[in-house]
Amino acid sequence: MRIIDEAALEDIALGAAVLGTGGGGDPYIGKVMARESIRRYGPVELYTLDEMDDEDLIVPTAMMGAPTVMVEKMPNGDDIVNAFLSVGKYIGKPVRATMSIEAGGLNSVVPVYAAARLRLPMVDCDGMGRAFPELQMVTHTIHGISATPIAMSDERGNTVIMETINNQWTETFARSVTVDMGAMAMIALYAATVAELKEAAVPGTMSQAQRIGETIRRARLEEQDPVRTVRESVNGFTIFRGKISDVQRRTEAGFAKGDAFMSGIADYVGRELQLSFQNEHLAARIDGEVCVTVPDLIAVLDIETGEPITTEGLRYGFRVEVIAFPCTPRWRSEAGLNLVGPRVFGYDVDYVPVEDRYGQ
Amino acid sequence: MRIGIDVGGTNTDAVLMDGHSVLGSVKTPTTANVTDGITDALGTLLQDSKLAIGSIDGVMIGTTHFTNAVVERRHLTRTACIRLGLPATACLPPMVDWPEDLSEAVGGLVFMAHGGHEFDGREISPFDASEIRDIAAQIRDEGIDVVAISSVFSPVNSRFEEDTAAIVREVIPEATITLSSSIGRIGLLERENAAIMNGCLRQLAHQTINGFRSALQDMKITAPFYISQNDGTLMVADFAAAYPVLTFASGPTNSMRGAAFLSGLRDAIVVDVGGTTTDIGVLRHGFPRVAALAVEIGGVRTNFRMPDTISIGLGGGSLVQRQPLQVGPRSVGYELTSRARVFGGDELTATDVVVAAGHEDIGDASRVSTLDSGFVSRVEERIEDMVNVAVDRMKTSAAEVPVIVVGGGSILVRRKIVGASELVRPNHFPVANAIGAAIAQVGGECDQIFSLAEMTRDQALEKARAEATSRATAAGADPASVEIVEVEEVPLAYLPGNATRIMVKAVGDLQEAE
Repeated sequence: MRIIDEAALEDIALGAAVLGTGGGGDPYIGKVMARESIRRYGPVELYTLDEMDDEDLIVPTAMMGAPTVMVEKMPNGDDIVNAFLSVGKYIGKPVRATMSIEAGGLNSVVPVYAAARLRLPMVDCDGMGRAFPELQMVTHTIHGISATPIAMSDERGNTVIMETINNQWTETFARSVTVDMGAMAMIALYAATVAELKEAAVPGTMSQAQRIGETIRRARLEEQDPVRTVRESVNGFTIFRGKISDVQRRTEAGFAKGDAFMSGIADYVGRELQLSFQNEHLAARIDGEVCVTVPDLIAVLDIETGEPITTEGLRYGFRVEVIAFPCTPRWRSEAGLNLVGPRVFGYDVDYVPVEDRYGQ
Repeated sequence: MRIGIDVGGTNTDAVLMDGHSVLGSVKTPTTANVTDGITDALGTLLQDSKLAIGSIDGVMIGTTHFTNAVVERRHLTRTACIRLGLPATACLPPMVDWPEDLSEAVGGLVFMAHGGHEFDGREISPFDASEIRDIAAQIRDEGIDVVAISSVFSPVNSRFEEDTAAIVREVIPEATITLSSSIGRIGLLERENAAIMNGCLRQLAHQTINGFRSALQDMKITAPFYISQNDGTLMVADFAAAYPVLTFASGPTNSMRGAAFLSGLRDAIVVDVGGTTTDIGVLRHGFPRVAALAVEIGGVRTNFRMPDTISIGLGGGSLVQRQPLQVGPRSVGYELTSRARVFGGDELTATDVVVAAGHEDIGDASRVSTLDSGFVSRVEERIEDMVNVAVDRMKTSAAEVPVIVVGGGSILVRRKIVGASELVRPNHFPVANAIGAAIAQVGGECDQIFSLAEMTRDQALEKARAEATSRATAAGADPASVEIVEVEEVPLAYLPGNATRIMVKAVGDLQEAE
């Protein structure tokens, strides 16, 4: 068992931004929320799946909606508690703990807020090992765990509970409800037992985020090369170093899509990288050739500070290193690639694990 | 004719400009009450130039006074904050992430009330006038008369902030009120932080601006005066007294704008070498490139547009250490003229080395003539390295760009910088900051979320451009000279109806007095 206190929270939020692979929302608001609730209610216990009983019921908590709205209309706090308690009430069984469904970005720390307030522990796992734009894109789906019953709560006290025939329909309906709730809803979903999670979830992702954050923080203190330390902490590979020469953005079907173009510097002079994103980074091409795709992770790091840059923050002139690192093996099965592989996002290429291309 | 003044932490500089030519300049020490320093600088300037007071059309003042007050937690007035947004936002009350000492200095009296808007303009909850009246009475009973008001999505609809202000004014007639919508962009905490900081600086701003005014009156200068703001544009003095927070980054902005003007370059890297530090920034189309990440002032997160600069510990007063060879970051600062060797002191500074190398004739060169020439060139190389690395960090492309060197310490930078197409040290380089203030323009911004389901993107952009232009004109720009200098679009993730955030900035030359 680990303890998530204020210091651990800082590291988790920093590491989660790396796992956010350009999206997942800025963890800042979630971090301050969690910090305030830790100050008020005390630190949160974080258990590994092995430390829990197999029949313990776990209900993840998260925020759904536009990260750009969350920086303006912050949650009430009771909303997330309502969502969590509603799922437990609907199922009619006691819920033992909460967890993150998305370790990348702000949903890594939103459950810490809920756990502190509810005085419940968290489980050290998630459903992505990164961030993805849609609700059904979790390893739970591969293993047939239903997203529903899902509870969605707003700050006014409304709670919507849904049952759907599959997780794709949950995404469809939940998206509409989110918009009605003001483009942001607090949600609880994917109830599962520890035994099920041992099969379905990505284990150890909270402590992984914490480790990454700790590494960045220490590298800064010791004035080591922060980019190198981030890369090493995720077993990643440098795929490019360059300066952003253009960013093209468009909105399609409610997503922030676009491409960033970078001209090489240092060892990469004369080459060009094209990075495509849909909220998160999806694929990178060097001189027209695809070199990394989802579900592997692509992070864009400020070359000086190692700070991960979100897709919204990509701007002309930034000097960056692009790193790529392996996703959880759970995504590399046929079922996994059918859910989050390159073709799902419209890239007609076969997935090649990043270490097969770069791991010599 | 215009006078530009830069009131810095160490020096108060003043320049006199006629159109595009600099007629005179002066550097004097900054005084505790700032007014005396300005009077001194102006007195010398006017005496030297033998100018008729009546021919001055305007005085432009840049100052770091308000930034320093927040950083040093001095001269701050107790300020209450009212936020409209309940039942949303309750888990993060106003000032939640402030450093404790600053929060205490400001009083930390915060309230949350019903109201606020959704991203699409719907109300989160109805405005409750009696709730606001109760809060205003509590603020009055605490003896506080400075109030900052924020409301969720007020950049989209500011009506609730305005209604709240009207009620507060009924209850506290002498209240000084700052609305978050009049200061900041999307990002409630950051915008609210700016409004509160603005509130707590209002009294100091009032006194300081009056001090500026009386210094000018003492000199019998009746021309209007302006204060320069973060983005290099000007505010009329009364507006600055109401929005001191908008001056926070005017220092680096003015020196970069001054460098652009003096060199005639619009795209370049600016190296501003002072007594203790060197600031490096990037000019794009004649304006400083803006930082992308949230900027903290005195430990408080804000979302101002600030120039993207880096600072290194190198200046004219930097101490030179022999073993191991090191230049800065320790510095004799403003005591250069008493502690440096060439000025009769005992400390070996970067300035001494430049004199020893025979590049400059400052002070008494014989006091550094015994320095070993090999050592002198190693120090010079070291300084060159420091500047090279910092400039390279700020470069935006592999292509060579011109580098402009300004500031009192710029004699340190002599040789061509790696990756620079040319090294420009323009005339009047020590007072580039005051010149930047003198030539400033006025601007207006629009930052709003548009639904592209209701209008085309072109219509939305046109609307944003028109709004920015009308704000620039309202701020005093000559309509004929207004141009759009920045357009940025951020599609909002996950929202249907193609919601997109559009930010536009327009600037123009100051309308000359009739």
